[in-house]
Amino acid sequence: CSFRDIALMSLAFSLVRFLLTPSVLLLCLSVIWGDQIFIDNEWHESCSGRKMPVHNPATGDLLCEVEEADTEDVDKAVQSARAAFQLGSPWRCMDASDRGLLLNRLADLVERDRLRLATLEALDSGKIFLMAYFVDLMATVKTLRYYGGWADKIQGKTIPVDGEYFTYTRHEPIGVCGQIIPWNFPVMMFAWKIAPALCCGNTVIIKPAEQTPLTALHMACLIKEAGFPPGVVNVLPGYGPTAGSAIAHHMDIDKIAFTGSTAVGKLIQKAAGDSNLKRVTLELGGKNPNIVFADCDLEYAVEQAHSGLFFNQGQCCLAGSRVFVEDSIYEEFVCRSAEKARNKVLGNPLVPGVDQGPQIDQKQFDKILELIESGKKEGATLECGGGPWNRNSLFIQPTVFSNVTDDMRIAREEIFGPVQQIMRFRSVNEVIQRANATHYGLAAGVFTNDIDKALTVSSALQAGMVWVNCYNAMSTQCPFGGFKMSGNGRELGEYALQEYTEVKAVTIKISQKNS
Amino acid sequence: MLRVVLSRTFPRISGISNCQYSAAAIPVPSAQPEVHYNKLFINNEWQDAVSKRSFPTINPATGEVICQVAEADKADVDKAVKAAREAFRFGSPWRRMDASDRGLLLSRLADAIERDTAYLAELETLDNGKPYAVSYSVDVPMVVKCLRYCAGWADKWEGKTIPIDGDFFCYTRHEPIGVCGQIIPWNFPLLMQAWKLGPALATGNTVVMKVAEQTPLTALYVASLIKEVGFPPGVVNILPGMGPSAGSAIASHMDVDKVAFTGSTEVGHLIQQASGSSNLKKVTLELGGKSPNIIMSDANMAEAVEQSHFALFFNQGQCCCAGSRTYVQDTIYDEFMERSVERAKSRVVGDPFNMKTEQGPQVDEEQFKKILGYISSGKREGAKLMCGGGVAADRGYFIQPTIFGDVQDGMTIAREEIFGPVMQILKFKTLEEVVERANDTKYGLAAAVFTKDIDKAHYISSGIRAGTVWINCYNVFGAQAPFGGYKYSGNGRELGEYGLDNYTEVKTVTIKVPQKNS
Repeated sequence: CSFRDIALMSLAFSLVRFLLTPSVLLLCLSVIWGDQIFIDNEWHESCSGRKMPVHNPATGDLLCEVEEADTEDVDKAVQSARAAFQLGSPWRCMDASDRGLLLNRLADLVERDRLRLATLEALDSGKIFLMAYFVDLMATVKTLRYYGGWADKIQGKTIPVDGEYFTYTRHEPIGVCGQIIPWNFPVMMFAWKIAPALCCGNTVIIKPAEQTPLTALHMACLIKEAGFPPGVVNVLPGYGPTAGSAIAHHMDIDKIAFTGSTAVGKLIQKAAGDSNLKRVTLELGGKNPNIVFADCDLEYAVEQAHSGLFFNQGQCCLAGSRVFVEDSIYEEFVCRSAEKARNKVLGNPLVPGVDQGPQIDQKQFDKILELIESGKKEGATLECGGGPWNRNSLFIQPTVFSNVTDDMRIAREEIFGPVQQIMRFRSVNEVIQRANATHYGLAAGVFTNDIDKALTVSSALQAGMVWVNCYNAMSTQCPFGGFKMSGNGRELGEYALQEYTEVKAVTIKISQKNS
Repeated sequence: MLRVVLSRTFPRISGISNCQYSAAAIPVPSAQPEVHYNKLFINNEWQDAVSKRSFPTINPATGEVICQVAEADKADVDKAVKAAREAFRFGSPWRRMDASDRGLLLSRLADAIERDTAYLAELETLDNGKPYAVSYSVDVPMVVKCLRYCAGWADKWEGKTIPIDGDFFCYTRHEPIGVCGQIIPWNFPLLMQAWKLGPALATGNTVVMKVAEQTPLTALYVASLIKEVGFPPGVVNILPGMGPSAGSAIASHMDVDKVAFTGSTEVGHLIQQASGSSNLKKVTLELGGKSPNIIMSDANMAEAVEQSHFALFFNQGQCCCAGSRTYVQDTIYDEFMERSVERAKSRVVGDPFNMKTEQGPQVDEEQFKKILGYISSGKREGAKLMCGGGVAADRGYFIQPTIFGDVQDGMTIAREEIFGPVMQILKFKTLEEVVERANDTKYGLAAAVFTKDIDKAHYISSGIRAGTVWINCYNVFGAQAPFGGYKYSGNGRELGEYGLDNYTEVKTVTIKVPQKNS
């Protein structure tokens, strides 16, 4: 992802050295602030009495056990969120600017605890500490501040209707929002979900992924500390088929927002249909084309395509996992890409200089290896990698396949791991057609110096985000979401606000209308 | 506004906002705050005037000199414009800064002002004469809110992509205008500074601001905070000075791209003319008012009396939006008059640092004399003096809360802006009549109507030619809502999203494409 500041990098390196002394590491572990269910600004044990283990994927060590929410806990949380949303409640009566102020305060607290949160994130998800510190936490703070600013700028309209009437619209919050987030960017996804919901005045029940509940629970502490009224945000660690399903089916949840796989996205949509027609927004998978024309800056394109795939151990819905390279530069591009992948340093994500950590868990690990095997079997050329790294761990070698054809499984299925597919193309029209031949439509990249090609391809691609001469260039001001089976609705930017508001048109009979 | 803020504060859950105060929470002020800054602020540095001249700023409660302040003139304006132009140069740190970082700087400025609330409120009261309780719980908190609000806009001021005909791709960029001259008045020195700086900086402009010669002190302290929080040099330049010299130099400057002025309609004309005879700089004006406040017979009497009192007497009557023509329906006229007089008589006038004081002195001798002149004209032209009508203390510029009854539309006190604690009460019979009379003025800044009848409320709020209409309330300001005047009351809007337009140039970029698709 895009972090440009070398000075900050070196600062962080020294932080990491400090961090790595064993006593400090222990200290970090001892500061897990929340391991229970957060409802009504209080910590609860699970109704079932069950707990779930949380592991460090880099070592397999048990970090702690966390209370496991299930249907009954979801019911409790919904009651609390509903009470917080009642007409006349402190949250409903609050000035919009004060909602904004609370989000800004939360941002201040995240900034204060940035080192702690980044450490927790790296331990719990296996992502590179420096990435967690610079990318994830930075994005979290910026998202909270950005939506803090929107709170008192969500404006209705007055509308010149026909007849003797005065009409205006109110942009009202939807109500109780269920939010289910994934494990690949735990704290950042938490912010992406709660910030727009809260700035519009909703209340929230959020389920973090069972693999990575710790930063979400720390955020719960900060939410209370910032001064959000009880019940406005409830955090329930738990599993998808139990807690997640209970949220999706709940008759008193007004909206659900889900980020995760397309398979589960379908279940969520069905559950809304089966229950109360709750509003649904989905951010799902991708098999994103990254198109490299011969007239581009080759070295730069190789580097961007590399980070576009390998960032976060390849565990990005945005990953540029179909790299289409123009015929005349194909060999050179493959050669440089493989060299880049071979040079990647794997290891403990807390250690400076390490580029790639472990995959999140055994299930993902097995799935990625299975897809790599299919690639070999179906005739793609393995340029480098192709297997596990360091026996008895969840690490996978950075892998590059060339001579990939569009019908291979590795060209069609989301791998969600460090496996890059490089394909060959000849013409603009051909590559547009092939890039779009997928049921996904999340993101795409184009590398070219030709303004006509850039505009033609970016218009033609069926994807929610198109990057020209860059990749993964995301910012909180810019909407994010998918075409086709990559999802429904948009997160971030002004566009996200409409996913968290109901528009009410109020029409008043008046005695005489004038312009 | 004080009452509005306080009454809205109490039901609030505690701990939400630092800028909400109850009367009990106001700290005891120092009546002699130290003055730290009295020079010109150019390019993030403190400078003497090129002419080396200075002028005294006076405590209106005593008539005594507080201190000397450097007096900017044309040569200083030139220096400041140069600094602002350099800060606006293509490729400068300010131009290259992420919009979200501009927002962050404004947020930090709000934090710093909030931190120094007590001191700034003391200085404001010393220099301007407004009651400390009001400076502390109205002016400064509104400054903080305004800056935070504008901070949020910085990275949300979005251009558009536009489906034009033909094989083209078209988008707009919202670019800052450039170097903005801003000339602000003395009635809300801090707040007017924030209203001007907030939108200008959120949208990426640079500023040369002239503050009123009566009240330069708080603006200069805020300048020190602007430097403290990290605005690049030249982005904001603050020049204390006189209108005919420094103000005129800004308005006529060939390298100032926009001028925003708040003050009298008379000077507004000069600003507009100066733009026309120099470089056609963009002009926005917030000028005078003679705002009608209409009380229907079905209104809640107690509330209407209190709000109408507040509408006129707030800030010693020194508000451009003061409700200075109170139209009362004939059937309730006598009771309304009686209660209003009773309320005005109970108004506490005195030392602005005393917590019980509701009304301090007028800002200076010139205003003081002008207001007394209007009171004489009211008597002379046959209005009925119901209370007040004279000087309220033997030193300083205090005037008794004054009410005139039986005021006729043609009287000078019903036509001209008095800008003092002088309330005019007029009688009306019908809805149609009052709308016509209310509109019979060259001004169009604000208006209010008190009624329980939804039809009357709509009829009047649609019928009145004014930029702001309050229904069953008065002086309710929010950084979120636009403010500005119809007719001679000005040009453009401040605050709200509308306020951003006045600091933006829209650039349309059109690119030829080989083939357009929807």
